[in-house]
Amino acid sequence: MTDSVDNNQEPGEPKSADKSYAAGVKRWLYTTNHKDIGTLYLGFSLLMLLIGGSMAMVIRAELFQPGLQLIEPNFFNQMTTVHGLIMVFGAVMPAFVGLANWMIPLMIGAPDMALPRMNNWSFWILPFAFTMLLSSLFMPGGGPNFGWTFYAPLSTTYSNNNTALFVFSVHIMGISSIMGAINVIVTIINLRAPGMTWMKMPMFVWTWFITAFLLIAVMPVLAGTVTMVLTDKYFGTSFFNAAGGGDPVMFQHIFWFFGHPEVYIMILPAFGIISTIIPAFSRKKLFGYHSMVYATASIALLSFIVWAHHMFTTGMPLAAELFFMYSTMLISVPTGVKVFNWVATMWRGSISFEVPMLFAVAFIVLFTIGGFSGLMLAITPADFQYHDTYFVVAHFHYVLVTGALFSIMAGVYFWLPKWTGFMFDIRLAKTHFWLSLVSVNVLFFPMHFVGLAGMPRRIPDYALQFADFNAIISLGGFAFGLSQLLFVWAVIKCFKGGDTVPDKVWDGAEGLEWQVASPAPYHTFSTPPEVK
Amino acid sequence: MKLETEKKHEKYYVPAQSPWPIIGAVALFFVAVGAGLTVMQMGKPDSSGFYVLLAGVMLLILMLFGWFKNVIDESMSGRYSQQMNISFKQAMLWFIFSEVMFFMVFFGALFYARIFAVPWLGGAGNNAMTNELLWPAFEAVWPLVITPSGDTTQVMDWTGLPLINTVILLTSSVSLHIAHQALTAGRRVVLKGFMAVTVLLGLIFLILQMNEYIHAYHELGLTLQSGVYGNTFYLLTGFHGLHVTLGVILLSIILLRITKGHFDKNRHFAFQAAAWYWHFVDVVWLCLYLFVYVV
Repeated sequence: MTDSVDNNQEPGEPKSADKSYAAGVKRWLYTTNHKDIGTLYLGFSLLMLLIGGSMAMVIRAELFQPGLQLIEPNFFNQMTTVHGLIMVFGAVMPAFVGLANWMIPLMIGAPDMALPRMNNWSFWILPFAFTMLLSSLFMPGGGPNFGWTFYAPLSTTYSNNNTALFVFSVHIMGISSIMGAINVIVTIINLRAPGMTWMKMPMFVWTWFITAFLLIAVMPVLAGTVTMVLTDKYFGTSFFNAAGGGDPVMFQHIFWFFGHPEVYIMILPAFGIISTIIPAFSRKKLFGYHSMVYATASIALLSFIVWAHHMFTTGMPLAAELFFMYSTMLISVPTGVKVFNWVATMWRGSISFEVPMLFAVAFIVLFTIGGFSGLMLAITPADFQYHDTYFVVAHFHYVLVTGALFSIMAGVYFWLPKWTGFMFDIRLAKTHFWLSLVSVNVLFFPMHFVGLAGMPRRIPDYALQFADFNAIISLGGFAFGLSQLLFVWAVIKCFKGGDTVPDKVWDGAEGLEWQVASPAPYHTFSTPPEVK
Repeated sequence: MKLETEKKHEKYYVPAQSPWPIIGAVALFFVAVGAGLTVMQMGKPDSSGFYVLLAGVMLLILMLFGWFKNVIDESMSGRYSQQMNISFKQAMLWFIFSEVMFFMVFFGALFYARIFAVPWLGGAGNNAMTNELLWPAFEAVWPLVITPSGDTTQVMDWTGLPLINTVILLTSSVSLHIAHQALTAGRRVVLKGFMAVTVLLGLIFLILQMNEYIHAYHELGLTLQSGVYGNTFYLLTGFHGLHVTLGVILLSIILLRITKGHFDKNRHFAFQAAAWYWHFVDVVWLCLYLFVYVV
C-alpha cells in the first residue's frame, strides 16, 4: 500500500464531489465537508469550554471564603445551572461529535459522512441554541437557576418566566444531537471500506457507534421531559404536581432515564480515544479488542436500567433501591474490563510518553478514581450520607474533567498534527499537561473531604469548618482554568505552523487515518481503500 | 488509471456546498425563540414572539422546499448510487426510532401515574399517612376523574369517534400498502387512486379528532388543566395528531410527485419513507387507543 492515498478528483470523472468551495465565511456556512464541520464543532466546543469554565471560576470565587461576597445567591444558582448545561451540551458533547466528524470517515475509509448537508445543519443549530440559552442570563428575571437537572418543582412552580427559552433551546440542541447521531450511525453501518468487517473497526468507531445509538434513544426522552416542564409551568398540566395526580418524583425518573445514558454518551467516546492512544505509544496491539467491544456494549445496555441510583434519597420502594444498587454495581465489571485491558496493553510495551500518552495515562488513573467514588455512591445506605454533597461533585468532575475532558485533549494532541500538518509546540503542550494535572487534583480531590464532612453542593455559602479546603479548591480551580489558556495557545500555534510531520505522525499508530497525507487533503477516500 | 476498488464500487455522492442547512439553522432559531417568547407573552398584550415564530415557520418551509428540490433534482438526474439510497433508508429508520422514544416518554408518564403516583396518593404501599394528611378525601381510581385538589372531569368513551378513527387509520394503512404494491407492479392509476384515498382518510381522521377535542372540552369538561388523566390524554393524542398532520403533508407531496411521474419500482425512497412514517403513526395510534381509551 502506498504511504499517501490522496484521492483527489480525476479530470473527466463525473463531478460527484466538488473540490472547490466558497472563500471566506461562506465556506464555513455552506460546508458539507466532514473535516470543516469537525473543525467547526471543535472550535465551538473550545469556546463553550472557556465560557463554561469562566462560570466555574465565578462559582469558585464566591466559594473562596464563607459568607456572601461577590454575587447574589440567585445569580450563583444561575451560574451552577448554566455551567452544567454549557459543559454537558456545549463543550463535551460537541467536542466528541467534532472528533467523530473528523476521524470516523478517515478511520473507516469513507469519502465523507453519510449525509453531509444534514451534518452541517446539526452543527449550525448549536451556536443559535446556546446564544438563546446564554441570552436569558441578561434578560429581566435572569437565566435558568434550577440546576442543569431542572428538577420539578424548581423548574415548574418556582422558576422564572424565561424558562420557556431554556425549554426551546434544549429542544433544538436535541434536534441537533439526534441528527448528528443518525449521521454517525449511518456512516458507520453503510460507508465502511470494503473488507472492514465489524470486528476490524477501530475502537473509536465502535464506541461512537454505540454512543450514537444511546443518543438516538435518549435525546427524545429529554425533549419529552422539557415539554412536560413547559406544559406544567405555562399550560396548567400537572405531570409533576401531586395536586393533579402527578408526581415530582416522576420527573426524576424520566429525567434520569435520559440522564444516565447521557453520562455514558460523554464517556464512551473517551474510552475509544484512550483505546486508540494507549496501543500507539505502547507499540502493541490493544489487549482484548473483542472484550473491549463487548464491554462497551454492556455498559451501554446497562445504562438503561440504572437511572434511579441518582435518586436513592427521594423515596422509592426498598425493592427498587436494591435493584438499582446492584445493577449499578454491575457496571463496574465491564468498566473494570476496560481499565485492565488498557493496563495490560501497556504491560511490557515499549512505552514512550508523548503528550497524548501523558493525557491518556492520567486519564486511566484519574478516571479510575472517579469510578471508585462512583462505586461508593452506588451503595444505597452510604449514598444517603453522600447525596447532594461535594463528594458527588468530586465524583462526577473526576469522570468528566479528568475523564472526558482529558481524553478530548489527548485526542486533540494525537490528531492535531494530522489536521494541520504541523507538530504542536511540545514544550508548551507538556507545560499545559503538568499544570493541568496538578491543578485539577488540587481542585477536585479536596472536594471528597469536604463532601464526606457534609458540605452541601449548589449552595453559595458554607459553614466555617470547610473554609480552608475551599480556599485550596478555589486556588486549584483558578490554576486549572488559566492553564487551559495554554491549550488554546498550543492549538492556535499549531495551526499557524511548526515542524512539518510525516503522514504517519506517530510511529506506533495504526489505522487508515495515517495513510492519508498530513495535513489531510480536503477530500479523502473518494474511492474506498481495500482493507485486508 | 482507475484503482481496482473503483471498478467494484459506485461513487458515493458528496454534495457540493449548500446554503440550505444554515438557513434551516436560522429558521429553527426563529422558531425556538418565537415559541419561547409566545409562551412567555401568554396573557400579555405583547405578541411580538408570535411573529418571530411565524417568520421561523415560513423560513423553515422555504428551506424544506429548497432543500428537497435539490435532493429530488439530484435523484432524478441519477446521481445517487444504491449505497446512497441505503443511507437514506437507514437514516429514516433511525429517525422513526427516535420518534418511538419520544412517544415512550408520554406512555411512560401515563403508566407511572396509573401504576404508582395515583395509587400512592390514595394511600397504597406505605403511603397511608400521605393520603391521610394531604388529601384524606382522595380516592385513587383510574381514569382519574377527581384529582386530589378536587378538579372533576368525565371519562372519554372508547366507543364512538375513537373507534371510528381507529378503523379509519387502519384502513389508511391498508390502502397505502395497496398503493405501494401498485407502484412496484407499475400500475400507476391504482397507485394514484389509493394514495388519494390514504390522504383523504388521514384528513378525515384529523377532522374527527378535532370534533372529539371540542366534545371533550365542552361536554365532558376534560381539559388540559383537569389533572394527570387529561394531561396524558391531550399530550399523547395531541402529539399523535401533529404526527398525523405531518404524515398527511408528506403523503400529499408524494401524491403530487406521483402525478408528475416520479418514482418507479426500483427508485422510490421518498415514497417508502413516507409510508414507513405513516405505518409508524398508525402503530402509535393503536397503542394509544388501547392504553388511553380502552384499558
